[in-house]
Amino acid sequence: MPKLSYLKALNRAIGDEMDRDGAVCVFGEDVGVAVTHATAGLLKRFGPDRVLDTPISEQAFTGFATGAALAGLRPLIEFQIPALLFLVFEQIANQAHKFSLMTGGQTRVPVTYLLPGSGSRESWAGQHSDHPYSLFAHVGVKTVVPATPSDAYGLLATAIRDDDPVVVFAPSGALGVREDLDFDRLVPVPLGVGRIHRSGSDVTVVAVGHLVHDALAVAEELAGSVSVEVFDPRSLFPFDWSGLAASLERTGRLVVVDDSNRSCGIGAEIVATAAEEMRLIAPPRRVTRPDGAVLPFARALDLACQPTRAQLRTAVEQAVNGHPSRSAE
Amino acid sequence: MADVPSAALYRTVALIRGFEQRAIELVRSGVVLGGIHPYTGQEAIAAGTCAVLRPEDVITSTHRGHGHVLAKGADPARMMAELAGRTTGLNQGRGGSMHAADFGVGVLGANAIVGAGVPIAAGAAWAFRRAGSDRVAVGYFGDGAVSQGVVLETFNLAALWRVPVVLVCENNGFATSMRTADTVAGSILGRAAAFGIPARAVDGTDPEAVLDATAEAVARARAGGGPTLLECTTYRFDAHHTWEHTARPRYRTDAEVAAGRTRDPLEIQGARIPAAARAAIDAELGSLLDHAVRYARTGPHPDPATALDHLYATGLRGRAGAR
Ligand SMILES: Cc1ncc(C[n+]2csc(CCOP(=O)(O)OP(=O)(O)O)c2C)c(N)n1
Repeated sequence: MPKLSYLKALNRAIGDEMDRDGAVCVFGEDVGVAVTHATAGLLKRFGPDRVLDTPISEQAFTGFATGAALAGLRPLIEFQIPALLFLVFEQIANQAHKFSLMTGGQTRVPVTYLLPGSGSRESWAGQHSDHPYSLFAHVGVKTVVPATPSDAYGLLATAIRDDDPVVVFAPSGALGVREDLDFDRLVPVPLGVGRIHRSGSDVTVVAVGHLVHDALAVAEELAGSVSVEVFDPRSLFPFDWSGLAASLERTGRLVVVDDSNRSCGIGAEIVATAAEEMRLIAPPRRVTRPDGAVLPFARALDLACQPTRAQLRTAVEQAVNGHPSRSAE
Repeated sequence: MADVPSAALYRTVALIRGFEQRAIELVRSGVVLGGIHPYTGQEAIAAGTCAVLRPEDVITSTHRGHGHVLAKGADPARMMAELAGRTTGLNQGRGGSMHAADFGVGVLGANAIVGAGVPIAAGAAWAFRRAGSDRVAVGYFGDGAVSQGVVLETFNLAALWRVPVVLVCENNGFATSMRTADTVAGSILGRAAAFGIPARAVDGTDPEAVLDATAEAVARARAGGGPTLLECTTYRFDAHHTWEHTARPRYRTDAEVAAGRTRDPLEIQGARIPAAARAAIDAELGSLLDHAVRYARTGPHPDPATALDHLYATGLRGRAGAR
């Protein structure tokens, strides 16, 4: 069977959607030569009318995409660096996202924002290592974090077809993942439907993005002693709350692993919602970046801020065996 | 220019003036909440620019947007109902004064973030040209907006890609309390020159001067000549926002305002048509606006259960403490 890499999956999804719908066009810096590989070959295939190299003007071309969407196109914007989302938060969260409500339903804004390389890349330091998906989930922008090549294909295709703005975070930690599969089996994956990568009965690990692979490794390590279910929400807004509830009906224990800052992060939201509404027989745990982290340059420091397999393993064991409360520590 | 009658331009100016007078009364009486940014004194710009546009051309507007929205052809009654937050409003009461939109007549929305509508207009115009049509877009913005990075980034993109957009700067002398000279280094026209965008200074108190300049800019855009910047000089007669009448910040003298008011678009255009024609238009607008006020006051208020309609959201249910 052919092997599909995560980046190639993103590339295929864009190409297939451009083939399917002439309204889809791509904006971004250096997309013509495809420096990130996600847009490889598209300029040659679809021409400069549909694959547009832009000047380094994120705010203008993100606003442009909103206008083009209002005029009937379905732009996909590629951002080279996740932190550029901070520059264009206005154009996404405050403009594109709000048009449907503010116009009383007169319009929708179908723009896809693709981040091929979100989160820590080996020692790319403070301004290139953010993973700001929680910000978008917080404001209610559809937010997607695929973990595998087939999900990257399926979720990106769905994002492009969606009539609302969707931000697609492709974690750099997942870009190297490859999958054996039949290309004919690549299909759109709906937003808001999680995926159980491994069934288990003792504890549910909710893993976001590339951390799915770490969660699977930890589950394997613990296989003799603890039965771990690995639940990948795939999209963070909408979130598959019923899928999580069903998993917790089986396991009753929850650990969340999320490569974003702890305070007000998606991990906190998952734990809080489970505590309010779902079956838990033990206190939930979360493994995240520290509060208020900015990833430092030196490799050891960078890694010290990211969730590790060892932390996840400890959290799983604590969830299953009970753990000392803070006051007792 | 000759094909837009002077009387039609007068009617648009008078419609905007009359609409806003009534809107201000409704702010004072508590029917319109949140207040408005009056356009009084600047009507020549909306009237002159929109007179050139076809129904299928589009505009993006600003926080001071009533004039643009009305001049482009939105129904004054539905616009007033929008200000009053009724379901009968243009945006079903979801937008209000600063977000009034009417896609049916090409109004892609007023915008409450200074400068934010400019890239949106340019993006729409780019899409039109790409589709092979000769539709154009107008992006309105104030003198304050030329200090926004996104506006200057858009100048660059629009010029680079020969986008059929008319960039209309309404220089009313102030950004809230700040004088243009205190916020704009160099000149506004000079910004266009830096990007190779043809630009013109326009008397923004004279509807026919605005119309002439816009006609030239729109013709260039339709012919594939790219963007044009029009710097329309005008004066804001009234407050920055109706809140100002209570806060009374002092940033200009009464004498200065009185001097500014001597160039009144309503009088300039009114003097160009016979007195009887002017009186007939005034009478027609009087009853039209009376109807708009009645329509706005009597429209239904939205049902709170629909607060998140039109948005992708999880909904109002399911929050702790909600029933
Ligand atoms: C980006 C941004 N900054 C600040 C504000 C607050 N604000 C609203 S209107 C305004 C002044 C705008 O001046 P100008 O662009 O000249 O337009 P005018 O009000 O004179 O029509 C300011 C500062 C805002 N809405 N958006």
